[in-house]
Amino acid sequence: MVDDLKLAELQVTARQLRYQIVRMMGPDKPHHFGGSLSIADLLTALYFYKMRYKPSDPEWDDRDRFVMSKGHSIPAQYAALAILGVLSLDNLPTLKQLGSILQGHPNARMTPGLEACTGSLGQGLSFANGVAMAARIRRLDIRVYCLLGDGELQEGQVWESAMGAATHKLDNLCALVDRNHLKSQGDVDEAKQLEPLLEKWESFGWHTIDIDGHDMRQICDALDEAEAEKGRPTAIIARTAKGKGVPFMENQYKFHNAAITREEWEEAMRSLAPEEEVTQ
Amino acid sequence: MNWNVGDCVETREAYGEALLELGRRRDDIVVMDADLQRSNKTYDFGQEHPERFFDMGIAEADMVCTAAGMAATGLTVFATSFAMFLPGRAYDQVRLQLSYGRENVKLAGASAGLTQGPDGATHQCLDDIALTRQLPNMTVLVPADATETYLAVLAAAEIEGPVYIRLGRYATPVVFEAEYPFAIGAAPVVRPGEDVAIFSTGIMTALALETASILSDRGIEATVLNIATIKPWNEQIILDGAAGKKLCVSMEEHWISGGLGSAVAETLAAERGTPPLLRIGVDDRYGQSATADELLAHYGLTPKQMAEDIEKKLQ
Repeated sequence: MVDDLKLAELQVTARQLRYQIVRMMGPDKPHHFGGSLSIADLLTALYFYKMRYKPSDPEWDDRDRFVMSKGHSIPAQYAALAILGVLSLDNLPTLKQLGSILQGHPNARMTPGLEACTGSLGQGLSFANGVAMAARIRRLDIRVYCLLGDGELQEGQVWESAMGAATHKLDNLCALVDRNHLKSQGDVDEAKQLEPLLEKWESFGWHTIDIDGHDMRQICDALDEAEAEKGRPTAIIARTAKGKGVPFMENQYKFHNAAITREEWEEAMRSLAPEEEVTQ
Repeated sequence: MNWNVGDCVETREAYGEALLELGRRRDDIVVMDADLQRSNKTYDFGQEHPERFFDMGIAEADMVCTAAGMAATGLTVFATSFAMFLPGRAYDQVRLQLSYGRENVKLAGASAGLTQGPDGATHQCLDDIALTRQLPNMTVLVPADATETYLAVLAAAEIEGPVYIRLGRYATPVVFEAEYPFAIGAAPVVRPGEDVAIFSTGIMTALALETASILSDRGIEATVLNIATIKPWNEQIILDGAAGKKLCVSMEEHWISGGLGSAVAETLAAERGTPPLLRIGVDDRYGQSATADELLAHYGLTPKQMAEDIEKKLQ
């Protein structure tokens, strides 16, 4: 269980993570701001609270695995890995530049700390199932986390893998859904209806937890609850705001993948700067 | 592996036997199928190693990515379905997880080609060689007979990285003796000849030998090279085979566009003074329901028809 001291620390880290996302993206170039910012709290809880992980050895066989299925939001994971020291903070602004190890979508063969190649949506949960199943065969006591976008749930393969995880009773697996309601071109459910979403996962045989995806205590408690659940996988439906943390981006689909001006970028940086700097 | 030259054996049978052997030798071998394990001959592996066999349901895309996740966690996975669905249906997953991600997954595409037979065009995969050979990091193997299939499966398990193995359900004559030293990348000359070079792959090698025999009766000597490794592609094998010949011929149970014929054409076209090329396979149309033998005859893939076509091209 998370204590108050840890909670305060995590909130500072989440802010730092968002700051690093915006810093690495910079002005004048299109980047996936919205979906990277919406998952910053989830990633913070995973990497800095829940997961068994050794930053000094990202290939450690007994590490918990995190699979970023919504690959376009990979800058959030780059930021987390850089804060942990797996990647270099200084190197983050090379994102998407020729020759950089920081690809626009994750390449596990190129970037330390990544588990899977994703980008074509709908594939990560199947991959995570494979990791969880292999862990059983190899008797590795690890947990596997997979983060999906809500728009991504419109890919049919997600539901193939949802059936598979329940069939194999993968209680070492936890899916997190970034339920921000916005995809690239607008409202998710207007294109293909996800609701009733919780009931969908339940009917597929999953334990479900419905949380505010920006409430750090709720996130940590949900991750603890998922670990305690036996005999079935857990899906955490995290209700989030796309662009969370940068007021002018929040709940605006156009910041799914967009360039911002230098003025906008400076404003975003100010709104995410460490709190002591803001109050000075 | 106890097949004799001339025995007619389906290559999928040899796949099943090789998996059993691998399963006994190594405890990191996992086999998956997508509800076709009796047809694809993965069933016996499942009976012998239930903890390492998974019927993934009718979900090929999910199967490929699950296999990739397992491979990333230290296992060697053989994922199996009909070629039409693997790589066909799951192409995007094969591209991202296996080719780009270089995961150690071996794909077996069974019941490939026209000789799938009665199920018709929807199940007769004529484009799997084209789909897989263009993908970086893939190894693509199209074995000619049971012996070569068995050895190719064992060889695939020995190398790190993704492999596609094409399998058939046509009882095709065994060409290679048990002592045959199969190696990925090698292309044995199964018959020598001075006039024509035939590059054949898969079940077409047995038919190429019959074709060469008919041609020989008519005074035309054809060499037959068995091209089991489509990727990594070895240009030198093709150029050496073509040197001094009047005609090159490619033979495949596949569309003539994109597969072996295209690969040979690409190689020959880049060199001065190479012989013309006759591409034999299925031209720009679909298969249909019939028996395998009826289909081979209908689409011009019998030794008699192919010998006639070669003779005509030489005139």
